[in-house]
Amino acid sequence: MTHQADIARRYMVARENWHWGEALPWLAIVAAFFVFPDYLALGTQIIIAIIFALSLDLILGYAGIITLGHAAYFGAGAYATGMLSAHLGWSEPISALLFGGLVGGALGLVTGWILLRYHGLTLLMLTLATAILLQEGANAAEDWTGGFDGLVGISFQPLLGSFEFDLWGKTYFCYAVAVLLLCFLFARAVVHSAFGRSLAGIKGNVERMHGVGTPVHGRLVAIYTISAAMAGLAGGLFAESNAYVTLDVLSFSRSGTVLIMLVLGGTGRLYGAFVGTVAYMVLEDELAKLSPEFWEFGIGLLLVVVVLFFRRGLLGALEDARARMGGLK
Amino acid sequence: MTQAPALETIGLGKSFGALEVTRDVHLSLAPGARHALIGPNGAGKTTLVNLMSGALTPARGQVLLGGRDVTALSQAGRVKQGLARTYQINQLFRDLSVLENVVISVSERLGASWNLWRRASARAEVIDEAVEILGQLQLDDHILTPVRELPYGRQRLVEIAMTLAQRPSVLLLDEPAAGVPSAESHIILDVIAALPDHIAVLIIEHDMDIVFRFAEAITVLVAGGILAEGTPDEIAGDERVRAVYLGQGGDV
Repeated sequence: MTHQADIARRYMVARENWHWGEALPWLAIVAAFFVFPDYLALGTQIIIAIIFALSLDLILGYAGIITLGHAAYFGAGAYATGMLSAHLGWSEPISALLFGGLVGGALGLVTGWILLRYHGLTLLMLTLATAILLQEGANAAEDWTGGFDGLVGISFQPLLGSFEFDLWGKTYFCYAVAVLLLCFLFARAVVHSAFGRSLAGIKGNVERMHGVGTPVHGRLVAIYTISAAMAGLAGGLFAESNAYVTLDVLSFSRSGTVLIMLVLGGTGRLYGAFVGTVAYMVLEDELAKLSPEFWEFGIGLLLVVVVLFFRRGLLGALEDARARMGGLK
Repeated sequence: MTQAPALETIGLGKSFGALEVTRDVHLSLAPGARHALIGPNGAGKTTLVNLMSGALTPARGQVLLGGRDVTALSQAGRVKQGLARTYQINQLFRDLSVLENVVISVSERLGASWNLWRRASARAEVIDEAVEILGQLQLDDHILTPVRELPYGRQRLVEIAMTLAQRPSVLLLDEPAAGVPSAESHIILDVIAALPDHIAVLIIEHDMDIVFRFAEAITVLVAGGILAEGTPDEIAGDERVRAVYLGQGGDV
């Protein structure tokens, strides 16, 4: 092996290796469990939102697919898991959750196949339209979805047959964190695989990818399906933890909110989903206490500041600050 | 039986609205050919390359690769059949290192890019091959440099490296020396001169020094159609070419 090949291999390995900083969010989650035992219900919702934002990061941050309709897959997963219990009486939570992911992924495969033939504004409008169509469909299919009144009658057995879902939400929180961990490990493996690098290529210069023989459409549909399945899992968790699903799971505001969360945190870095979601939801919670009517004003202001001054999100701003401090030394 | 041409176009035609940008182009490249495509600005040279590579769909005619009709194949499909091209304007991953640019190309050729599980770094043969190609193009010292930080001339070399990673049988070079300061253009010329013999090369170039040093055959394109075709000497002596392209009194 030549000297250059040695340098090259080390460089490629180094960019995939775990960094000590990656332990921080996980330590924070464990700490939150012990420090805020009264907030675990909110904590569970935050974890679910992180999974959802992470799924969006896979397509937006890594493949450059812009969407305003990602709630379609979250909602599909939520209804799939919920209806399995409400209508069929299926009450084993893990398999019901997987079913939610499966339905989300299947919907992602079918819609992605069509949607991803388009780009830019056309794609943006079509993703938006897809989610609206689905929401209207769910509204019309009242017998199955409960329509405007919502889907009720969802109940699940204890997790793994022995962990009761308790009033304080401890079990749900741990369950959701476990799902997040698995989703994260999967996402991390995917973005550092040769497949993930080819997505970076598509995002960086799609013309060139055609030129090196990449089946661009197939590659995009693949990551879109994975992302949709992950969004479906988030939706399934949502249905299980709330035991109630409304049309809101498919709403435009949910598609928009997840986008805001991810942009706040920073796209294309996996952990942006963590930081952005926590920042958004904690702020939302605090601001709502401060002013139940105008809390969105504060969120809007933060978003304006981030987008104008920290284009790479909160994590990007943090990186820049660290680089600057390193430069001073 | 004669060997099928590496690349052949039969009656290739394309119009943008009322403007006929490619008209009835019959062009043939033998395996290992060194062929130049010249013509004044707006003659439709890049359009022709786009039709050959599959970036554009022809309105009329066929593209054959090694005797096989590939007209219906996408650009990516033709790349898999051995037809690679460079771009007049760099099409690179500017934020990625030189190494990663070429790794993406090699990985794609070897079919490794569908693997979701294995780390990109785990395929040592992909990395080694990328390093080897970069060595051939004398980019050894820049492998970890982000492309955007490379001098433009070197970026043109990365552009060529991306196509060599596809192990093409036909290579279309769209103005490889465009935008490169003349002090650096010899680097590109050396690389082109050293391309493996088995690759058929079609080069579009404005720099007549490069064309006449490199080409064994020249096709002159004017207003989308072929005006003349022949050896460099024939083209240099062709009155029509002198009139239309080189200009009156052009010294070649």
